[in-house]
Amino acid sequence: MAKFDLKDESVVVVIGSGAGGGTLSNELCQKGIKVVLLEAGRRYEIEDFVNNDSEAFDMLTWTQPRTSSGSWRVAKDFPGSPAWICQTVGGTTVHWAGAALRFQAHEFKARTTYGDIKGTNLLDWPLSLDDLAPYYAKAEDKMGVTLTNGIPGLPGNNNYKVMEYGARKLGYQKVSTGHMAINSQPRDGRGPCQQIGFCFQGCKSGAKWSTLYTEIPKAEATGRLDLRAESQVLKITHDAKGKVSGVVYADKDGRILEQKARIVCVAGNSIESPRLLLNSDSNKYPDGLANSSGMVGRNYMRHTTGSVYSIFEKPVHMYRGTVMAGIIEDEVEHRPQRGFAGGYELETIALGLPSVATFLEPGAWGREIATSIGLYSYMAGIWIVGEDMPQADNRITLNAAVKDKYGLPVANVHYDDHPNDVAMRDHAYARGSAVHKAAGAIKSFHSPPSPSTHNMGTNRMSADPKDGVVNKWGQTHDIKNLFVSDGSQFTTSAAENPTLTIVALAIRQADYIAEQMGKNQI
Amino acid sequence: MFAKLDRRRFLRTSAVAVAGTAVAGSEFLAAPDGAWAMTVTTLGKAAAATLIRMARDLFPHDSIGDTAYAKVVEKLDRRAGADQQLAGLLKDGVTALDAAAKEGYAAASEARRIAILKSMETTPFFQTVRVAMAKDFYNDEAVWKALGYEGSSAEFGGYLHRGFDDIDWLPRI
Repeated sequence: MAKFDLKDESVVVVIGSGAGGGTLSNELCQKGIKVVLLEAGRRYEIEDFVNNDSEAFDMLTWTQPRTSSGSWRVAKDFPGSPAWICQTVGGTTVHWAGAALRFQAHEFKARTTYGDIKGTNLLDWPLSLDDLAPYYAKAEDKMGVTLTNGIPGLPGNNNYKVMEYGARKLGYQKVSTGHMAINSQPRDGRGPCQQIGFCFQGCKSGAKWSTLYTEIPKAEATGRLDLRAESQVLKITHDAKGKVSGVVYADKDGRILEQKARIVCVAGNSIESPRLLLNSDSNKYPDGLANSSGMVGRNYMRHTTGSVYSIFEKPVHMYRGTVMAGIIEDEVEHRPQRGFAGGYELETIALGLPSVATFLEPGAWGREIATSIGLYSYMAGIWIVGEDMPQADNRITLNAAVKDKYGLPVANVHYDDHPNDVAMRDHAYARGSAVHKAAGAIKSFHSPPSPSTHNMGTNRMSADPKDGVVNKWGQTHDIKNLFVSDGSQFTTSAAENPTLTIVALAIRQADYIAEQMGKNQI
Repeated sequence: MFAKLDRRRFLRTSAVAVAGTAVAGSEFLAAPDGAWAMTVTTLGKAAAATLIRMARDLFPHDSIGDTAYAKVVEKLDRRAGADQQLAGLLKDGVTALDAAAKEGYAAASEARRIAILKSMETTPFFQTVRVAMAKDFYNDEAVWKALGYEGSSAEFGGYLHRGFDDIDWLPRI
């Protein structure tokens, strides 16, 4: 593994090792570029993972303080945990379920397609599906996505079979085990899925793609990756001309160090990335870095979600096998006659018993909920993933009243549901329950959204610098050697799980950075 | 019912039990039939017995014995030993629970106990015990077994050959 000097001004510093940062680092290293990858979390290996909800949560999750506000249920049920994302090498690719879906063409043109919806800050992406399609193809190949590149689909588990049966009874057509970045057969040095069932707790078989054991070791093998785990970036620095010059970070021993850089790429997920830009304010940039538009932290999106858990007369054992075991895609199109803009996916979900007790009906107690929890093995689950509307005041701000262990203000996550989100969620709850009912459900729960796993939009892409933070390459409008490389770039959320798009954008961004470096433009 | 018997038994056995423990201030709490036993060091056995009753009222599973509920209380007691604020919160909470029924919380009828809990729902005491139950009770392997959750599976090769798709009651499509 490479070790670069703190004063080496020729390196690219990447902050965060998940889908965006981990992929970008490898792509740059493969092109001969030196990368210092700073990750706040520890490095674990597959053998360290545990099949236990609570232990794995404590091991992998970002549990540093955050606060929340707004009308969303999460602020009431889990005020200190607005998001469920990771702090570990591999980032949230250790925790994700593996759904790898392309966005639809119209979703890149959300403002044009949906019109001017009151209260929203809708905008078209500065790129199209055609622009991204070649990179989606590269991402699918890299990640080994099922039902692409001749890779067979995964077999459906019990939870899927229940959903599929109900869906077909209702006449849904686009029902499958989906496009999953989980090996259905050996590929890329990794074995096939063993249907272990603890996808969220770190895949013990390595069948699920994670940068931890794909991109990162491949980058290390080039001799050009200097990965520093347990190294939390506190501030991005800049020179007198305003170009970024490096980062200040705390290493695993608590030492405060400065790493010089030619380019800095921020990929700390959509809460910490804007927080870092805001915490990097200076005399020259009093509102934070790359924030001349005032858009850093704004337009926070987290998908319109919610879950339907239903109880059946006979056992289902939903926890056996992959968590996201299949999908209904019939509701994903934009059909405004349903009473809302955009669409949603219905995907299976399964949680372990401890998580079900927490999320089935947050805050509930008493005989009725205990009886339902007691019927755990008779339960099936469906998760709603729908497009939510960007709103300027749904945003990440610095909470000066709460400081982290380094004395920096923590992120406050504010989110109000838009009427479009509410209408979509209600529709999806009804359809999800109908699917389960058609398969014989005797009771359904409409579980509210839990802490956000999909976080998007807080450094959004825009053609016009006054509408967003980055251009179509993820390069900040204000500072040309500062990039954003995670889901915070998303202009809109679309209805699909975000990871494939984050990876595709990272591959594309690496091409651009290499080209610009080659031309000495940055 | 159980708690009343329990308390009578404590009176009979506590001298022996306390004599048998080396740690000053720690008390021994056991089921009347000897099915389970726990040690409380901070909250006191009467408070622990009330909390066990409360724990069961929060998430009653008639097929699960008191051991699993007692374990949650035991863990709360350990935490309270290292956290004075938590100890105060729990002790005051139990006092309030007992004061709400003239015969004491544990001896009150189920309907009365539920009404008492309902009236305390928004208090930090109630929330602390509820969250501890949701988090610790349902993370107990004995509870998993009772409710049909199989837990860790990787060491058994996952469910690929152990029934991930064994559902047999759905009609053919």
